[in-house]
Amino acid sequence: MQSFSSKKKVIEQKKMTLLERLYLPAIFQGLGITLKHFFKKKTTINYPEQKRSVAAAFRGLHVLKRDEKGAERCTACGLCAVACPAEAITMEAGERRAGEEHLYREEKYAIKYEINMLRCIFCGFCEDACPKDAIYLETTFAPANYDRNDFIYGKDRLVEGFKRDEIVPPVVRTLEEANL
Amino acid sequence: MDFQGFVITLISIITLFSITMFIALYSTFAERKVAAFMQDRRGPNRAGPGGIFQPLADGLKFFMKEEVIPVASNKFLFVLGPSIAIMSSLMTGVIIPWGGQLIVFGNTVSLQIVDLDIGILYVFAVLSVGVYGIMIGGWASNNKFSLMGAIRASSQIISYELSMGFSIVALLLVTGTMSLHEIVERQHGMNWNIFYQPLGFLIFLICAFAETNRTPFDLPECETELVGGYHTEYSSMKLGFYLFSEYINMFISSAVMVTLYFGGYNFPFMDQLLHATGSQNLVTIVGTILLFAKVFFFIFFFMWVRWTIPRFRYDQLMNLGWKGLIPLSIVWLMLTAAGVLFFKS
Amino acid sequence: MLTSAFYLIAFITIFFAIMVVASRNPIHSVLYLVLTFFSISAMYIFMLDATFVGMVNVIVYAGAIMVLFLYVLMMMNLNTDAEPKKSNLFKITAVISGGMLLLLIVAALHDNNLVNANKSTLANEKIGSIKVLGNVLYTQYQLPFEIASVLFLIAMIGSVVLGKKNTASQTIGNEVLK
Repeated sequence: MQSFSSKKKVIEQKKMTLLERLYLPAIFQGLGITLKHFFKKKTTINYPEQKRSVAAAFRGLHVLKRDEKGAERCTACGLCAVACPAEAITMEAGERRAGEEHLYREEKYAIKYEINMLRCIFCGFCEDACPKDAIYLETTFAPANYDRNDFIYGKDRLVEGFKRDEIVPPVVRTLEEANL
Repeated sequence: MDFQGFVITLISIITLFSITMFIALYSTFAERKVAAFMQDRRGPNRAGPGGIFQPLADGLKFFMKEEVIPVASNKFLFVLGPSIAIMSSLMTGVIIPWGGQLIVFGNTVSLQIVDLDIGILYVFAVLSVGVYGIMIGGWASNNKFSLMGAIRASSQIISYELSMGFSIVALLLVTGTMSLHEIVERQHGMNWNIFYQPLGFLIFLICAFAETNRTPFDLPECETELVGGYHTEYSSMKLGFYLFSEYINMFISSAVMVTLYFGGYNFPFMDQLLHATGSQNLVTIVGTILLFAKVFFFIFFFMWVRWTIPRFRYDQLMNLGWKGLIPLSIVWLMLTAAGVLFFKS
Repeated sequence: MLTSAFYLIAFITIFFAIMVVASRNPIHSVLYLVLTFFSISAMYIFMLDATFVGMVNVIVYAGAIMVLFLYVLMMMNLNTDAEPKKSNLFKITAVISGGMLLLLIVAALHDNNLVNANKSTLANEKIGSIKVLGNVLYTQYQLPFEIASVLFLIAMIGSVVLGKKNTASQTIGNEVLK
């Protein structure tokens, strides 16, 4: 048949010589190649012990930053939640009480701040949106888990250097207010 | 048989059994490691230092798994299949000379459990029985893939047994005896049979690959065509028995190859060593260690080939067997006969 | 001791042989036949000290021929439902011919004094050992041995001829049809 494109190439299959038909030279060649790989340096990285270094611009798990005095920067403005394309961020704002100045920098702060790590696409838009430089994406990964609910990260897992007693008063207080 | 001889035989059988099982167990581990290394990976390295307990974990898993016997299968034969497979593969080890004479507390102990004057025929007989394990298991599963695997196994083993037999007959012409003990004794020092029978060894090696169902001849169990081949329906330790028997076969056929062609427990300068130290035990122990080193090399070779060469197609397998190896082995048999006639007269 | 062992092995052999005929499933029949061959080999090895003959029996009959039988049966996938019905006439003829064969064997063995022959020859000589066997086979019985090998060769060539597609006769047939 005539070829309509000029790309047709007739490949001739040559009859194999006796040495080629014996296959033994080819087999020994193959054995040589595998033996070479046997002694090669292994490319595997033993994950939990060794970790692959990540790029400086890598976007991993979020962290809520504190300022120089150790007070939380976040003011629960909600810009990150608006910016989030995956709608992974929710929060609940509260008012700072007297005597809590060392905990929260501004008068308004987030009582509840949750990121659903199953929804999050780690785009980093929240980082860009934050006017207070409060949220940053760091270089750690979200570890695996058995329960879907455990992928919803609260303040306890997001805030930098979080101490358990910090969150207890606000939660108790909001519950009391709700009861009133 | 006197009581002492009985006890010695019993102890040596139990020792051989445990060594065989241990080597088969660690062959699975070695296989995974070799596969990984040849593919630039590390292989199992979590259970114990360097993954050394991995085979124990695998064995435990086999015991803990649920045992499924298909409803439509033939129950008795379904259980019989793996039993025959592992039994026949364990039976060959007794006639292989694992070493020379050992003198323990004044008793001379031979490291060969049974010395039959027809040793090679015994190996062949057990080998030919081993295929029943695969055939019965594959048929009793009542599964088309299993049946295909069983049929492939039987025709493959029958085909390659012929050229294997011819290559051994050529070897027997050179040695003049069928007893494995005498064959090894004849290869004293560096007088190995491989130098007289290079082509015979090559034929034997290829047939050994086919007989043990190893790649490139693992058509009875090829995953891409037959799911699992003859052991598709098997689970738990019955599957374990099939896999184990394959590794034991590999170990035993390596040992047979070393015994027949690579001098068994003989090594160069063994007379000088005996002369220098004057200790027969030392020579025997060194010989046994070297025998195992040779066997391990061949086990490694089996694995090496498995991770290098792709599987044959079925018609290629049959062509190679009937049109390639059988005529070649007959020609080699003729040449050997002529050579023996020429040099010995 | 030897006699009781003989009766044990003989009983096992005959039991398996009967099971070959009695079992309905052809695969079971073949497996029983394999066991029969094994027990016959046991007879060779333990009773006659003929290890070579016993081993070759296992290799050739149990290891090769029965595997091929099993292979063919598995390929054909026979089972009890597909068994063809046999008429009474067929059964009667089978019984008569089988009985005549038995008669022939009994008549042939009747006059031979096998029991005494056993004691005189087998106790002293290793008649089954490979050296003795080879000597006898290549001196005393050389002609029958060679004739048997020629017979095998003829059978092999015949099977190849039968298995090969006969292109020549096919073309002739086509021409006749035209």
